[in-house]
Amino acid sequence: MHELSLSGAVVNTVVKHAAGRTVTAVNLRVGRLRQVIPDSLEFYFEFVARDTVCEGARLEQELTEARLRCRPCRREWEIEIPAFRCPTCGGSDVEIASGNEFEVESIEVEEVECIAPR
Amino acid sequence: MHRTKVTVVEEALDANNTIASANRADFDRAGVRVLNFMSAPGAGKTMLLERAVTELPGVRVGVLEGDVQGSMDADRLAHLHIPVTQLNTDPSFGGECHLDANMVRSAIPSLPLEEIDLLIIENVGNLVCPAEFKVGEDARVMVCSVTEGEDKPLKYPLMFRTCELVLINKIDLLPHLEFDLEQLLYNIDQVHPDVETIVVSARTGEGVEAWRAWLARAAARQEVAV
Repeated sequence: MHELSLSGAVVNTVVKHAAGRTVTAVNLRVGRLRQVIPDSLEFYFEFVARDTVCEGARLEQELTEARLRCRPCRREWEIEIPAFRCPTCGGSDVEIASGNEFEVESIEVEEVECIAPR
Repeated sequence: MHRTKVTVVEEALDANNTIASANRADFDRAGVRVLNFMSAPGAGKTMLLERAVTELPGVRVGVLEGDVQGSMDADRLAHLHIPVTQLNTDPSFGGECHLDANMVRSAIPSLPLEEIDLLIIENVGNLVCPAEFKVGEDARVMVCSVTEGEDKPLKYPLMFRTCELVLINKIDLLPHLEFDLEQLLYNIDQVHPDVETIVVSARTGEGVEAWRAWLARAAARQEVAV
């Protein structure tokens, strides 16, 4: 259900970088830990993008796996369930190596041809 | 007309985080420590506040009450003679399911910051969206009640991971439920290892002293910082 809130954040970010140009595609990097349902995000994005420069833009989502790293024992592993203790030492000093991203990686915009006068 | 790719690489919630930082700077300047208080609907947030905020020696508490609609919670807290400010996310119908930094920013002028040491922001009841949106808090507290089931940390890891304290409420109901408290504590520890937990009953008052002590410590850290 947070996909509506998140798609609003995506549109705001894209509008800022589009600087008035029409956006045809938005490339998003989404970590598994963000619990985003891609279809749901796409649905809300289309809705929230209406009447902005993002209207009709294609939303591409690159999903990144959830990988953790134990600081003391240097182990790095991938998780499928939210279990954040190190399976080797049982410790809690664990950092997220990847999977927490929710970022606009790039956008595709339409540029009006600008022919420099000779 | 041709198409160009523009590299952005920006966290989509950066705009919210920037406003949250501005809020926090305002609160810091006023010497007010801020808690973002979250849970599912009906977990007992308001009652836990009613129980705890009046008997905090030396700590002046204010509450910013976030609700989709109505002022029922604010009305309940008003008789405690503490400053309560209502913030509704719904101007008509269909309001936001969470507070964001901008909504809290709009409420700052109406907050009596010079009269309080600790501001508790009671978020909209929801275990999903509030976890995503910082509002300018120093720390986050969530309530998980035993009627919600042991599996909730596994279903809503974002919320459980983002909090500094988990209050486990309604333990007076344990004799009437098939609820495994050890399993809940284990699941919380899996999702957020070593997070602080307090087992409490707002109804009977069990554990409320520990909750008050935590609040007093949270407020005192501010004094240390200032």
